[in-house]
Amino acid sequence: CSEPRSRYIRRNFTESSALLTRTHINYGVKGDVAVIRIKSSTSKVNTLSKELHSEFMEVMNEVWATNQIRNAVLISSKPGRFIAGADINMLATCKTPQEVTQVSQEAQRTFEKLEKAAKPVIAAISGSCLGGGLELAISCQYRIATKDGKTILGAPEVLLGILPGAGGTQRLPEMVGVPAVFDMMLTSRNIHADSAKKMGLVDQLVEPLGLGIKPPEEWTIEYLEAVAITFAKGLADKKISPKRDQGLVEKLTAYTMTIPFVRQQVYKKVEEKVQKETKGLYPAPLKIIDVVKTGIERGSDAGYLSESQKFGSLAMISESKALMGLYHGQVLCKKNKFGAPQKDVKRLAILGEGLKGAGITQVSVDKRLKTILKDATLTRLGHGQQQVFKGLNYKVNKKALTSFERDSIFSNLTGNVLKVDMVIEAVFEDLSLKHRVLKEVEAVIPDHCVFASNTSAFPISEIAAVSKRPEKVIGMHYFSPMDKMQLASAVAVSLKQGKVIIVVMDGPGFYTTRCLAPMMSEVIRILQEGVDLEKLDSLTTSFGFPVGAATLVDEVGVDVAKHMAEDLRKALGERFGGGNPELLTQMVSKGFLGRKSGKGFYIYQESVKSKNLNSDVDSILVSLKMPPKSEVSPGEDIQFRLVTRFVNEAVMCLREGILATPAEGDIAAVFGLGFPPCFGGPFCFVALYGPQKIVDRLKKYEAAYGKQFTPC
Amino acid sequence: MTTILTYPFKNLPTASKWALRFSVQTKTKKTLAKPNIRNVVVVDGVRTPFLLSGTSYKDLMPHDLARAALTGLLHRTSVPKEVVDYIIFGTVIQEVKTSNVAREAALGAGFSDKTPAHTVTMACISANQAMTTGVGLIASGQCDVIVAGGVELMSDVPIRHSRKMRKLMLDLNKAKSMGQRLSLISKFRFNFLAPELPAVSEFSTSETMGHSADRLAAAFAVSRLEQDEYALRSHSLAKKAQDEGLLSDVVPFKVPGKDTVTKDNGIRPSSLEQMAKLKPAFIKPYGTVTAANSSFLTDGASAMLIMAEEKALAMGYKPKAYLRDFMYVSQDPKDQLLLGPTYATPKVLEKAGLTMNDIDAFEFHEAFSGQILANFKAMDSDWFAENYMGRKTKVGLPPLEKFNNWGGSLSLGHPFGATGCRLVMAAANRLQKEGGQYGLVAACAAGGQGHAMIVEAYPK
Repeated sequence: CSEPRSRYIRRNFTESSALLTRTHINYGVKGDVAVIRIKSSTSKVNTLSKELHSEFMEVMNEVWATNQIRNAVLISSKPGRFIAGADINMLATCKTPQEVTQVSQEAQRTFEKLEKAAKPVIAAISGSCLGGGLELAISCQYRIATKDGKTILGAPEVLLGILPGAGGTQRLPEMVGVPAVFDMMLTSRNIHADSAKKMGLVDQLVEPLGLGIKPPEEWTIEYLEAVAITFAKGLADKKISPKRDQGLVEKLTAYTMTIPFVRQQVYKKVEEKVQKETKGLYPAPLKIIDVVKTGIERGSDAGYLSESQKFGSLAMISESKALMGLYHGQVLCKKNKFGAPQKDVKRLAILGEGLKGAGITQVSVDKRLKTILKDATLTRLGHGQQQVFKGLNYKVNKKALTSFERDSIFSNLTGNVLKVDMVIEAVFEDLSLKHRVLKEVEAVIPDHCVFASNTSAFPISEIAAVSKRPEKVIGMHYFSPMDKMQLASAVAVSLKQGKVIIVVMDGPGFYTTRCLAPMMSEVIRILQEGVDLEKLDSLTTSFGFPVGAATLVDEVGVDVAKHMAEDLRKALGERFGGGNPELLTQMVSKGFLGRKSGKGFYIYQESVKSKNLNSDVDSILVSLKMPPKSEVSPGEDIQFRLVTRFVNEAVMCLREGILATPAEGDIAAVFGLGFPPCFGGPFCFVALYGPQKIVDRLKKYEAAYGKQFTPC
Repeated sequence: MTTILTYPFKNLPTASKWALRFSVQTKTKKTLAKPNIRNVVVVDGVRTPFLLSGTSYKDLMPHDLARAALTGLLHRTSVPKEVVDYIIFGTVIQEVKTSNVAREAALGAGFSDKTPAHTVTMACISANQAMTTGVGLIASGQCDVIVAGGVELMSDVPIRHSRKMRKLMLDLNKAKSMGQRLSLISKFRFNFLAPELPAVSEFSTSETMGHSADRLAAAFAVSRLEQDEYALRSHSLAKKAQDEGLLSDVVPFKVPGKDTVTKDNGIRPSSLEQMAKLKPAFIKPYGTVTAANSSFLTDGASAMLIMAEEKALAMGYKPKAYLRDFMYVSQDPKDQLLLGPTYATPKVLEKAGLTMNDIDAFEFHEAFSGQILANFKAMDSDWFAENYMGRKTKVGLPPLEKFNNWGGSLSLGHPFGATGCRLVMAAANRLQKEGGQYGLVAACAAGGQGHAMIVEAYPK
């Protein structure tokens, strides 16, 4: 069979294309292979929408009916994009769970037909193959993927609060085994092409091509298509078997999973883990386990039915609506609403303050921006450089980068050159220090250079007061840890750091700090009332916050929290009252600055995993003790005291025009501050919980505590 | 491309006819001599027979092979050893015991121990670097007589202990007490014994060269058949040249304990049918680069006597050729690893003020059929020239009838460090034999680098 293979690129095939031009899918015939090309002309990515689905059926029916065609290749004509998933809007238009179930069942039927068709279909995957796209691909008889960074496979449905509803829960366990399938569907992690090959998710890899006689991306797709055609012929001639050889470990795993007792144990373990992680706030993961279990234990008919029904019910509940809202918001915040910048930022200087500065540096060098990192002392600078290197080296260990790429990226971190297009200052939150830095920097930077202050509390106008050119001074606030969290809220910026960006008006505390501060103040009050730390933490996490309220203070830094509280109370008054700031002041004076100093509310030690309470804080708490108010102190009230203050302030920000849209407010709160994702952000929470009920709660607390709870 | 390849090599007109046809063409330039710069000439050059690694040379050390080339050069040219000012050798995979292999070889080959020697490395263009270093030394007036060469012994490569084992051994060396030694030994694990082979892959990308060549071939739509056809051409032409005694740079080498080796042993003309049966060697199962259309691991050494023209004439030599303009280029080691000739050729021609038509003998290093053909397609593509080379028009194809007419690295073999001198001598000898004036030598090298040089025939 080397002959047809050797000639694959010569294009001896005469291609006859179907006359009909469709919006999403077209196909041509090369010899006896139908090449089905997906290219939605209506959007940047291909998504499985109703229209695409029906066009796909049309095409497949033609392919199946044409005698000359023996097999087919399914490919996307968009470089770097296979099928990014199902169209979420399709679900939004459904009104009842039954409607959604129907959508799911239709897709199940199509994919089943595809799977069982006598003419084999090969999925040629280049780029993102997610959700519904993956379900389509695994319904084909064979999968070939390009081995590049852009090709990722995954089942991210759980992030939207739903489950794979087109047969994914039933086909995947057979392909990759039960343990791997839970990992895929419950963590929704992206799987790169080469690990997909190892797992058995794809059968063959194709090397991406470099420059040649056409743009590499386009040419790689044509090459992928040509290779897929040779494999299609091989499959039709039975020269290639779609069955793959399993390794010893795989065989053993597969064998042990045939023992019912082992399976039950696996289900139990996974369920326990999910319960622990979600605290019962997210129903989707448990439903996924249930559906997979049904398919394995009671046969595929029961499995498919259960999949479509659970899919229908999940799509209608508030958690999935909240999560889908977040998804839309995120897409929105990744766009630059301000158009192209006048001058591209090519060189960047980052000034100081340890972790944050290094974090910003890392995301900048990663995007090939020439970056200068400066700090007050050589040791601190060394720490910063080491952190950037460590971050890159971590990627090398994960095999996401080669050591050579790491070195080449690291070389973007340069020395003392002052011809920069932008300066990001991340020095300590101290106005006079920030003024000094601004003045020193302005003396040496070129005229067009933008000065961005990384402040969480001071209004930019105050910082810019000492500037010669205040119009070039902006604020940027990054959330730590820089390289992992998805948000950088900035007052105006056009950096390429790959961040989700929200733009807010200038004002004390901007948006995020302003929302966080009242909640922090309430944390102090609650502690003063004698609620113990661990209980407070567990109350907040069980509400859906990723970290407990007291732990959050430690993470942010007690000194930072203190600054925040003082500055905002000065600027905005009573609404930021409640807890006695003396607690923070005393903690700072004792050096309990939170995680960074090793002691805060808790004690932090390297290599010690469990957190121990810092008993020295108790004495401070005792001295500031206040009597609890019994009518508003049970667990639920504590949770709501925290959340309603947060939400109240968020709504205030929207009303004052600090925020442009509620969507941005939701995104910033969830990704930046850890607002419970199951509620989709403060604004989504108001809509889901009911505005009136929130006002009622606020009024109740106002009666007990005073003005900080006055609803806006 | 297919049209030139379908040009049946068997029907190639004999060299003399071509010489006739091209001698009537007028060159754009009469000579490439430059005012106030010394002319550098090749007096002569030799090489040991190039052998498949693991054959007759397998028990030798690299400096033995290099010595054979040097001794051969001394015999061929009878140059008095005291006039040699300097010796430079290229090598790629270094034997750690003889890291300056030029010096070790020269000492044993009967050169004066007063003649300094150094070794250079630049992957497959190491010998080119040795020659051009010599050209620089002569042109700048530092030296008059240089011996340049290269050597590679792929039969034996340095296989090392793992880093962990090496560290343990070094620490043991320093340990003072028995207690220290015992505690170090207790750290030993069996996996420390796993050996470390010299990487055949590119350090920066971890991609093997064959793998890159396969991707390159695909990127330029070079088919398996085209590659096999080209490889067959190379082997057939090499066979013909060997049979007709044209490979006059080869000097016999009496290998200690073995028979005298007199000719290259990698030339194996096969048939397209046979070649088509081979499975892809790197990108499996759908790749196109196979053992039959790649150059093989080779042992061999080469050496050349380079002089300032006036020195050569004063000593009564009749030089073979001038070494003229040369050019080094480098590009992205991932996707353009083997495209050096495409980039270097137009630049060196421009520098010399020549055009493609002025060249009578092309000698390109053939790492892989796919690499040569990809370079051809790149040189023949306006799109590539515009988008990647910043040129308005394509470089243009070297005419195949003037291209590697006596075989190439695919068939003669490719001892990494020694190939450069072979290319230059092939060009010089072909110009002498075929009567042309200008030759162009070009080669690609690991690291994404490339070299090209103009060789001008010495007037008869």
